[in-house]
Amino acid sequence: MKIDISYGSGGKQTSNLINDIFIKNFDNEVLNKLEDAAVLDMSGKIAFTTDSFVVTPMFFNGGNIGKLAVCGTVNDLSMMGAMPKYLTTGFIIEEGADSETIDKIAYAMKLAAAEANIKIVAGDTKVIEGNGNVYINTAGIGTIMKEGISIHNCQKGDAILLSGNLGEHHAAIMSKRMGIENNIMSDCAPLSLLVKDLIDNDIDVHCMRDVTRGGLATVLNEVAESSVCRVEIIEDSLPVSDEVKGFCNILGLDPLYMANEGKLIAVVPQSQAKKALEVMKNNKYGTNAQIIGSIVCGKGVNMITTLKGNRIVDILYGEGLPRIC
Amino acid sequence: MMTLGQVKTELKEYDGEPIKIMEVCGTHTSSIFKNGIRSLISPKIQLISGPGCPVCVTASAYIDKLIDYSLMENHCVLTFGDMMKVKGNKLCLTQASAVGGNVKILYSPLDAVKIALENSQTQYVFAAVGFETTTPIYAVLIEEMKKNKIKNLKLLTSLKTIIPAVSYICENEEKIDAFLAPGHVCVIIGYSDFNELAIKYHKPFVVAGFEGEHILAAIYEIVHQIKNKQSNVKNMYVNAVSEEGNIKALAMMDKYFEKADDYWRGIGIIKNSALRIRPEFAEFDAGSTFEEYKESPPKGCRCRDVILGRINPNECPLFSIKCTPLNAIGPCMVSTEGVCGIWFKNREA
Repeated sequence: MKIDISYGSGGKQTSNLINDIFIKNFDNEVLNKLEDAAVLDMSGKIAFTTDSFVVTPMFFNGGNIGKLAVCGTVNDLSMMGAMPKYLTTGFIIEEGADSETIDKIAYAMKLAAAEANIKIVAGDTKVIEGNGNVYINTAGIGTIMKEGISIHNCQKGDAILLSGNLGEHHAAIMSKRMGIENNIMSDCAPLSLLVKDLIDNDIDVHCMRDVTRGGLATVLNEVAESSVCRVEIIEDSLPVSDEVKGFCNILGLDPLYMANEGKLIAVVPQSQAKKALEVMKNNKYGTNAQIIGSIVCGKGVNMITTLKGNRIVDILYGEGLPRIC
Repeated sequence: MMTLGQVKTELKEYDGEPIKIMEVCGTHTSSIFKNGIRSLISPKIQLISGPGCPVCVTASAYIDKLIDYSLMENHCVLTFGDMMKVKGNKLCLTQASAVGGNVKILYSPLDAVKIALENSQTQYVFAAVGFETTTPIYAVLIEEMKKNKIKNLKLLTSLKTIIPAVSYICENEEKIDAFLAPGHVCVIIGYSDFNELAIKYHKPFVVAGFEGEHILAAIYEIVHQIKNKQSNVKNMYVNAVSEEGNIKALAMMDKYFEKADDYWRGIGIIKNSALRIRPEFAEFDAGSTFEEYKESPPKGCRCRDVILGRINPNECPLFSIKCTPLNAIGPCMVSTEGVCGIWFKNREA
């Protein structure tokens, strides 16, 4: 069934769309009441965030825009040491979108929400003119498990851990856009339980960031600037799969600048680095985790290359487009 | 046989005459930074970048032509992403697109055939820019256009060849002692053409691969030759490069393209440095005729000196102050393979 402008009218067809797709998939006692706002029980400090998702293509190897929309917001909450509890979602649907497609997207959101143990408690739908694309906003709220985790909080001597392979989401999206067949899957995943594992094991995490757009290079530069320190990383410690390496070589891309959707960096006291690594490796989203470097005096990001040379690593400027030569 | 450790030690401790080596290819420039090569060699060995980014040396009048096409009714310009932000005399393609120009970014030239077949009412112009590395694929594209009898797709070419440019630099810039020859281009053209240059100008030409070890080994070879007063062509990218090159690709190029004089942004006219569509295939040509483009560089921009190896990008007064990848004034700042862009990305924090 194709969605047309009448599905955004607020009348019977809107109601059908909400019931047949969103209530069916997101099904929970708060949402099902269909009140004007969700009424929630919360106590203590909370974290609260929002993100919008406009990815093209909407479906890719390893996920779709729906899974991304849940994981993105769950991960942003988690990076502040919060346990995500509730999400809201807004769908902006272009005319011509297929209801089966929207159902698949909502189903992916249902699965991701179940995995992260959160509820989608409020939503909104709008239909606009266009070519069948779907855009999603999610907002999320979570309770703080550990206070003080902040990008401004890295200390000299701290170790930096990366939870797994770089570049997989970016490479999966680019492959789909370019019609290249390979086995590269997006790493899109909710990281809330990985974070909970670190906190439950008394790791004194100083700073956490999910490594999304702009890649590791950009995140580490943000860390260096905000914490007024220099980040030193070791090229040989950076986990990148052979397939992504090959993909990058062909297209002239650099895994340091590629987006991920299921990876984080955690900055922890050097004395806890090994323990933190072990905790990460025991979680299914951290099996390839590595200690990639440390916080030192100075500014910017420096990488010790495989050949033991020094490379200054700057933030991403513009879009990482394939080269022509 | 030297070990990597020995090569590194010798290069780090080199204390002879200062040596200036030009790497012609942007991918080499990028790899030199990525591997931290400068930090591994003596400051007496200076690495400077050459004209090896096709986007950087494309004339602004060429961009203007693309923009004109993008704004014409029922026309659409197909291009690689790199070209979007290169300024013509007034606008770049991104800006043209914002004022109604029809521009589409492609990832593979052959996608153009499919797009043209699916939209027969639109006249497509493909921005065919590149060196010998990309030209064979444009030849294949023309072959496909012929086979599919496509009438609504043409190429506006700015295809350049590297040997005349290197020759120009040898003729005009005395201070360069040796060249790291471009590995990717040599895969197509082979390395025999460098023999004549090595003999005429008494400079070593070493064909190198792109891994850090490859580049170190090539620099070592150059230093070794200079110490011994040699000027040889040496192929150190033997897995990919042969003396005669890729015969099939060269034949395809020769079938559809012929040599012509060309304008290089920042340099000027270089004889026989273009590949243009042969007259018998003019139906596929969107008007890539030779014109003596007259253009003056943006005020203060020293891209010319950068491309010719006279200065490093950080010696330009605009570098990283007024000219950044987000607001590129000179063409070398635009592309990921542009010398200034690479230097900016890797500048000291």
